[in-house]
Amino acid sequence: MSKKNAEYDFKWCPGCGDFGVRRALEFSMVDRLEETGLPMENNVVIAGIGCSGNLVHLLEGPQPYGFHGIHGRSLPIAMGVKMARPELNVVVVAGDGDFLSIGAEHIGPQASRNLNVCAVIMDNGVYGLTKGQSSPTTALGVITSSTPFGKLESEINPLELYLTLGVSFIASGFSSQPRPLASLITQGMEHPGFSIVHVQSPCTAYNDTYESLKGNAKKGIQPALWSIPDEHDPGDRAAAHELLQQGGIPLGVIYQDSDRLSLDQQVEKTWAKAGAKSVQELMGAFEF
Amino acid sequence: MDMRDFVVRFAGEGGQGVVTSAEGLAQVSTQVGYHALTFATFPSQILGGPTWTQVRICVDPVFSPGDDVDVLVAFNQEAYDTHKDEVRENGVVIFNADEFDLQGDPRALGLPVDELARSTGNNRAANMVIIGALAHLVDMPQNYLDEFVTKRFSRGRAGDDEIIRSNIMAIGLGREHMAASGFSLGSLEDPVMPDYAQLMLKGNEALALGALAGGLEFYVGYPISPATTILLYMERNLVGEGKFAYQVSSEIESITALLGAGFAGKKAMTATAGPGFSLMSEGIGLGWIAEIPVVIVDVQRGGPATGLPTKTEQSDLMACMFPAHGDVRIPIIAVGSVEECFYGAIKAFNWSERYQGPVVLMTEMALAERAQNIPKPDLSKVQVQGRQVYQGTNGYRRYAGHELSPMPIPGNPGAYVANGSEHDDMGDTTHLPERHVQMTERRFGKLKLLEEDDYEVDKPEESIVLMTWGGSKGPALEAYNQLKEQGVPVGWRYTMFLNPLPPKLLEELKQKELVIVPELNYQGQFASILRSQGVKAEAITQYTGLPFKVRHLVEEVTRMTESRLKETVGV
Repeated sequence: MSKKNAEYDFKWCPGCGDFGVRRALEFSMVDRLEETGLPMENNVVIAGIGCSGNLVHLLEGPQPYGFHGIHGRSLPIAMGVKMARPELNVVVVAGDGDFLSIGAEHIGPQASRNLNVCAVIMDNGVYGLTKGQSSPTTALGVITSSTPFGKLESEINPLELYLTLGVSFIASGFSSQPRPLASLITQGMEHPGFSIVHVQSPCTAYNDTYESLKGNAKKGIQPALWSIPDEHDPGDRAAAHELLQQGGIPLGVIYQDSDRLSLDQQVEKTWAKAGAKSVQELMGAFEF
Repeated sequence: MDMRDFVVRFAGEGGQGVVTSAEGLAQVSTQVGYHALTFATFPSQILGGPTWTQVRICVDPVFSPGDDVDVLVAFNQEAYDTHKDEVRENGVVIFNADEFDLQGDPRALGLPVDELARSTGNNRAANMVIIGALAHLVDMPQNYLDEFVTKRFSRGRAGDDEIIRSNIMAIGLGREHMAASGFSLGSLEDPVMPDYAQLMLKGNEALALGALAGGLEFYVGYPISPATTILLYMERNLVGEGKFAYQVSSEIESITALLGAGFAGKKAMTATAGPGFSLMSEGIGLGWIAEIPVVIVDVQRGGPATGLPTKTEQSDLMACMFPAHGDVRIPIIAVGSVEECFYGAIKAFNWSERYQGPVVLMTEMALAERAQNIPKPDLSKVQVQGRQVYQGTNGYRRYAGHELSPMPIPGNPGAYVANGSEHDDMGDTTHLPERHVQMTERRFGKLKLLEEDDYEVDKPEESIVLMTWGGSKGPALEAYNQLKEQGVPVGWRYTMFLNPLPPKLLEELKQKELVIVPELNYQGQFASILRSQGVKAEAITQYTGLPFKVRHLVEEVTRMTESRLKETVGV
């Protein structure tokens, strides 16, 4: 709501990857509006805490509903919204600290449930808003404000983690490519189950990875990013696993299982079994 | 000798039929018009472990489990050793002679319970042998029991007749053995069958029904004693279009999913106990600042951390009223009987919608597992408050001003950001001092919407008042009735509404010389909260994991009253 609201004074730093992610999400939501005819208010954006979570206040154009909650809990809040109103399109926006450190305990359960929400994760490999501490995706040995002698833990590979936990749609994107990224987010939103679009979204202040991601021929730096070849079959779990063993960061749809029922679909199947009773009938069971 | 009430304690090992026998006796009694209440305490293990259940049967409505045990039914030696001193003078001990032998206690009668049950051809009739023996002790007419058995087992199944025959035979055998022993306690007066419909149910069941009657649509929870039964009830019964009940992976998921559902327009509830409630702290603060209606039930157990999972205590009041950092004061409804579990749950939903925020409904182990007969609620008289829904267009300022404002429902016009950061009227984050002032005042100001004017009063003129809270209501009310009979100059006040207190009640309390607050915790938490509001309150505390005994309260209140009167007179 930045353009309309002078009171809101949060700004991303110049060059922050999150600008591109916001643009991509705006593309996806507007595309959805045009394709489905559903109003923008049919979208709910659940934000984590940190630079990335502020995205919900910075969206321009027609406004979706937003919920800017507490650190690490964007997924269970999204679960509450989705299971209360399955007809809504629920999107989570969170960073690597929020999603993979304090909030990591919530990924597995949503994957098992196949909760039908789309999580867009902005990975900058650092805690930005608290000024540069190490995060789960910071590499081993890197010096940050909280690792003065170098980081002591190995970094995690989020894409492998998602695959292992059983997330049914996994894509990888880059913030500097808003249109391709928007396409991944749209596929994630359309996927009938739990989808994660994991985005490389560099932090220019504390962990500027643009050069290593894109490469620099003059300096002889090979790009970490590479496009997933067209022949990759996202339905093939073994191939997805294989892809993630090749090093660097693949861009595109890594894995998709469209056959699993989502939690709301599973729940709907129980309605007939339950034979719901009225309160009056339920009280009757205790009457004597 | 005529008796107006009768207290039996069944004690043994988990799985020996302690609970079944106790609940059977309570059912027999209520069906013929007595009032009954059970009190149970369990081991924190599934198989075995010492367990006991006490049943009190009364001609009049019953409030507490009873101080003195008339009859102990001991299923094993350990049960006898543990509970024998609780049996009153001239009481009776029935022990399972198939399990152990007991010598040298003149009050004791051995019943070969299992052998007698086998002789009826129905091994499962052991509890009926015991109930028959108990009935003889208090001269309960045989036809009461026969009617109960016939009604209970007439289920339209092939074996019904045989089961009825064997059970009636088992009752007869129990009676005969007791008659031959010569033991008798007297004659329990005839019951007066109430002229209204009744339910026999446990506190958690009443609470679950109340929540459904209050409009509950969305329930999430995590297994935890003694709240789990509410989760199980909802998973079975809160099913269908627009409804959702689900076991999530932690209490942190419970509270945050609940907030998502409340934000999305649903009436949402979770139930937990102390450890789970502690995990919800931050989420409850989020509900307060983002102004989202939700109901959190705390079924209190004992102690911090894992503490006493299967015992009772009232030690979460401070945690429930002030669960979160940063200036919050959460509305509290604390129920004091099985009936109040039903009506308190409805009220909790009405409150959460009325002020748009989290409400904590406090109950406790002793109520959760207490089975009691209550008048059947008349649903046509239940008042249910719905959400004030925003009906306008986009560009809405959800958090404008100091007053409550209608809530937009996602999917409809009125998009805003529900924000856990301090925010402006649109829900965008801000750090401006004037905004924090406005929003803080707005949040506290809404509590005024919850001020009620109904509470219990007796002898309003007395300058010393007995005012308990929650599940201590039963013993305190019984103690009060005795004190009144004895002419001790004490008045009575009671309310479920602990925050905010009914303003008129608070004004009255402030005028009193002394307000005596029996409560099951070390610190005197409610007394302390009352003192902070200008009331001269003193607590009677207990922290054994068990409810108060009436006798103890009568003694303590008498002592405190006398000492205060001496001070006043200046002796």
